[in-house]
Amino acid sequence: MHDTSPAKTSPAKFRTVPNRPGVGYKPQHFTAIMEDASPVEWLEIHAENYMGDGGRPLAQLRHLAEKFPISVHGVGLSIGGKDPLDPEHLKRLKHLCDWLNPASFSEHLAWSTHEGHYLNDLIALPYTEETVTNVADHVAQVQDVLGRKMLLENPSSYLAFAESTLSEVDFLAEVVKRTGCGLLLDINNVFISVTNQKTDAIAYIDSFPLEYVGEFHLGGHDEDEDDDGALLLIDSHGREVVDPVWALFDYTLNKTGPRPTLIEWDANVPDWPELAAEAARAAQILDKLTV
Amino acid sequence: MTVTQNEFTKAILDADLPVPDGLCNPEGAPAGKRFSVYRNNVAVSLSEALEVTFPVIRKLVGNEFFTAMAGVFLRQHQPTSPMLMLYGADMPAFLDSFPPVAHLGYLPDVARVELALCRSYHAADAPAIDPETLQSIAPDALLSSRLHLAPSVHLVRSDWPAAALFHANSDPDAPKPKMQAEDVLITRPEYDPEVTALPPGGGAFIAALMDGATLGEADKTATIATGDFDLTEVLGLLLSKAAIINTTEGTPK
Repeated sequence: MHDTSPAKTSPAKFRTVPNRPGVGYKPQHFTAIMEDASPVEWLEIHAENYMGDGGRPLAQLRHLAEKFPISVHGVGLSIGGKDPLDPEHLKRLKHLCDWLNPASFSEHLAWSTHEGHYLNDLIALPYTEETVTNVADHVAQVQDVLGRKMLLENPSSYLAFAESTLSEVDFLAEVVKRTGCGLLLDINNVFISVTNQKTDAIAYIDSFPLEYVGEFHLGGHDEDEDDDGALLLIDSHGREVVDPVWALFDYTLNKTGPRPTLIEWDANVPDWPELAAEAARAAQILDKLTV
Repeated sequence: MTVTQNEFTKAILDADLPVPDGLCNPEGAPAGKRFSVYRNNVAVSLSEALEVTFPVIRKLVGNEFFTAMAGVFLRQHQPTSPMLMLYGADMPAFLDSFPPVAHLGYLPDVARVELALCRSYHAADAPAIDPETLQSIAPDALLSSRLHLAPSVHLVRSDWPAAALFHANSDPDAPKPKMQAEDVLITRPEYDPEVTALPPGGGAFIAALMDGATLGEADKTATIATGDFDLTEVLGLLLSKAAIINTTEGTPK
């Protein structure tokens, strides 16, 4: 069996994520990826799926890390939670990052745990002086414990908080200012949020502190309606990226230059060729800027 | 108007509660159905996590019933950690006390088998002992030594044919279960956990080993439990499943 003991040398050979397409890793794609991953050049894993003690998940990860830069993406820290961060979970995350030494670590501007109960969803928070202080404290704590800089991802929003006093962009910029963290800009989340909040995507991107963006996410969403029949987009990661999101990505990339770009497809996961085709589309847009 | 995360959580888990005040649509009107996105995401994602861990329970009760039951379960038992691989530890006790399945007395033990499979899948890697190492130990020394089992090894002792039910509902070619008690061994020879019904006395023997008994003590316990306990057969099974990782010399308890 493959040794996945954290005491052993990290399998990771890559210190940075390239400004190229990556995909969210799914175990059913392991063989295809190890044979020929092109045009995919890096992989993202969800941290919580690799917090077991051994077995196939960690053995596969060891193989992948020898071949590809790995980005660890946490979904369970509850950085936007009012409660203190779960010290046990933070310890597990540190254990994983110390072993793997990933090329990047990112988490969400959202909460998911309340009084020890984990809800397995990325839940919105109001944007106020109080919450920005709380989130910045949590981000600083994560960076301190992990001993690495993290990227914080903009959420999908479905509703607004009457108590909010800051815009989402100003909120994220303030967390960056206070903690020195970077940002993960999910273009699909921007599209979902501006549609649901009836605001403007271009205005969002134009006001975003793009110089701190270390990575883009692109994914698919579903369509629903609210009580008044208004379009309500839902972040599902269950289908291909829609054309307006590709266009918004193109627009943003022209302002930032190439950055690591991830295709997320977590539900109704397609066969490898279909996922690779989405990555190829991202590669085309990235290539336009590099030639 | 501020909304606490406590109010938010309660309203997510109980669709009969009103959507908390202070959540609105772009025009400032109450959020209404927009809040339901969270209710739906939480219920569906936790229900799907339970489907991943309990495919055989789902098959035994039917997909529609399982989804409804998962809805009840997840409102009583949320995960206590973001590691969803650990979610569902309360399922056997829940099944034991959930009136609509009271007539399916075997469900809790089948759920225990499925939980053990999940734990086994994620357990630490531990290379198995070479069978020759065991064979090279003199019989007397062997009886006074302790066998250490891999972290991926689990035992479920059932009054029901828990292994046969598991196989019959995961493999179309498996035989129909006979209504009898079964001691179930879960092992992971490499990466894929396996479910095996133990021969007579095997459960008592392995339980004793897990409890720290020497081989001789465990043999005695198993023989008292079942007259026809066959030590060689069970040792052979453990070796073939890569379940033994080490032996240490020990004095009887």
